[in-house]
Amino acid sequence: MSEPLLDVRDLRTEFSTDDGIVRAVDGVSFKVEPGQVLGIVGESGSGKSVTCLTVMGLNDPKFAVSSGEVLFRGEDLLKVSKSRLREVRGNEIAMIFQDPMTSLNPVHKIGRQLAEAVVLHEDVSRKQAYARARELLKAVGIPRAERRIDDYPHQFSGGMRQRVMIAMALINNPDLIIADEPTTALDVTTQAQILALLKRLQEDFGSAVIMITHDLGVVAEVADDVIVMYAARIVERGAVRSIFNEPRHPYTWGLMGSLPRLDVNVERLYQIPGQPPSLLNPPVGCRFHPRCAFAMPVCREKDPRLEATSGDPAHEEACHLDGETKSREAAALVATLTAGAVV
Amino acid sequence: MLRYLIRRLLWACVLFIAVTFVTYVIFFVVPANPARLAAGQSATPERVHEVEKFLGLDQPFYVQYVKFLKRLVLEGSLGQSFVTRQSVNEEILRAAPITASLVFGAMIMVLSLAIPLGIFSALRPRSLLDRLAMVYVLIGISLPSFWIGLVLSYVVGYKLGLTPIAGYCEVFSVPEAAACGGLWDWAYHMILPCLTLAIVVAGTYVRFVRAEVMETLTMDYVRTARAKGAPERTVIRVHVLRNAMLPVVTMVGMDIGLLLGGAIFIEAVFGLQGLGGTALESIGRFDLPVLQGVVIFGAIAIIIFSLVVDLLYAWIDPRIRLT
Repeated sequence: MSEPLLDVRDLRTEFSTDDGIVRAVDGVSFKVEPGQVLGIVGESGSGKSVTCLTVMGLNDPKFAVSSGEVLFRGEDLLKVSKSRLREVRGNEIAMIFQDPMTSLNPVHKIGRQLAEAVVLHEDVSRKQAYARARELLKAVGIPRAERRIDDYPHQFSGGMRQRVMIAMALINNPDLIIADEPTTALDVTTQAQILALLKRLQEDFGSAVIMITHDLGVVAEVADDVIVMYAARIVERGAVRSIFNEPRHPYTWGLMGSLPRLDVNVERLYQIPGQPPSLLNPPVGCRFHPRCAFAMPVCREKDPRLEATSGDPAHEEACHLDGETKSREAAALVATLTAGAVV
Repeated sequence: MLRYLIRRLLWACVLFIAVTFVTYVIFFVVPANPARLAAGQSATPERVHEVEKFLGLDQPFYVQYVKFLKRLVLEGSLGQSFVTRQSVNEEILRAAPITASLVFGAMIMVLSLAIPLGIFSALRPRSLLDRLAMVYVLIGISLPSFWIGLVLSYVVGYKLGLTPIAGYCEVFSVPEAAACGGLWDWAYHMILPCLTLAIVVAGTYVRFVRAEVMETLTMDYVRTARAKGAPERTVIRVHVLRNAMLPVVTMVGMDIGLLLGGAIFIEAVFGLQGLGGTALESIGRFDLPVLQGVVIFGAIAIIIFSLVVDLLYAWIDPRIRLT
């Protein structure tokens, strides 16, 4: 197997706050292969965004401390110089943010903001940079791109702004795009369009994508592999098909059970009881045990490790339950979810 | 754009009438007789009555007000002083440049101090520079302007003899009898008063600029700029400063308008007969036309500068449409 594009090893990020130290990412490891789409799923505060901001070196250095390794083509981004990191950002790794309404600078024209990304990394003339900007605006489906390049962000709708953000991310043809909840702030129809666009461009440009989301539907649509995060740790990972066909962690069951469905009448939507734990003082043992319906005494004492128990070595979960129970529950859940639905 | 300007001008007229009317009313509510003051302590009642008639004070105040408006609109004249019989227009034109020198000179000092200092302390919060800046802010906000003025004129002007401690010199059209004149003398005499006003005003500005820059630094588009790979200096210059300076522009415009209405204490300390001093003097003498002149000048200054601010704002911030 060739060298992975991104190899994150035992990443830990701590923030010092007035209340104490928050371990926002606590021993996370994963790999991204060239051209692969990796979905990272979890609730707010599970550490998925911080993981990616750490990869980009975008945490506030005054408050955040990271350890571990972030190997991008073998080079540890946690250790490189600031100027090397700037070369990587926006050029080899680009990022798309959650809120397109606030992610563009309101006082500069779209064209200038796009061209800026080109000029920062390539020795090209202003004219060439603007030509590239126009080309990208067309590629992401902005109508009348020649004219709209001189518009300001407030003259665009939310969906159009997110297209601009995608154009900005792709403009230097990066090897890896990190999309942090790119569709969360958009309405449902726009979400679908943006996802389809991302998927198509990802195939055209051949970039690898890390798609951060709390929406399993998004993951099912675009991802090859999935990581489920809970309370700063990975609780389950595997190929998307494997995760959806046989989820093996109670937290993943909860996430899948709480997906709203239009085709089945339910009395009320299922929700995982309780709140995600405070990372200032996380529960001892398995961090999910206070909310887990299957919690056993061992869960309160021992931290489960990520292990493959299903026979598929690529599918791992961190749970003390025996393999038989996991298989049985997974089958039951998938059966109820697919009942009546056309799959 | 044109419609916007017309609407602003109409609004200015309404404001103008309101301001002058209120001044008139206040003046007539005060239980004092300008005619008695003008006629002198020993004047007979008949004499006072004559003066009253001469000044038009025997008529009801609304008649006087309408007369005043008529004269202002038709002749562009603010009338004559009750006390000196001098034209109020001339009085204002003499005093306004003094106050304007003070205010604009001080504002330039304020901005050249507060903008860099505010930015640096925002970028390095809790650093030594930031702490020193915050101590200065506290001093600038708490100390009264006349105290700073007196200390400066004593230390810098009297003890060290570096600058004059009082007086004003004309730049243009220097009178024959004047002891000084020209650009150099003007600037030399204005240094201390401007510095005093600047020290007082700059404190607020340092804190304001610092807060604005800090807030802008947390904006999503600043993170986007960093994610693009922009070096920190570009991030600050291109993405932070312009956004952070927007509210500062508003504040500068408003303050210039306000201060032109009179920085009385500082004028008094440095013996400048500016608008503040003129207003104070006219209140003491119940000299309504002169007071009215200063009030009108101040109102017009505020109206003009808030219009300038709005136009500037629309120019800097593309989201704002003047409609």
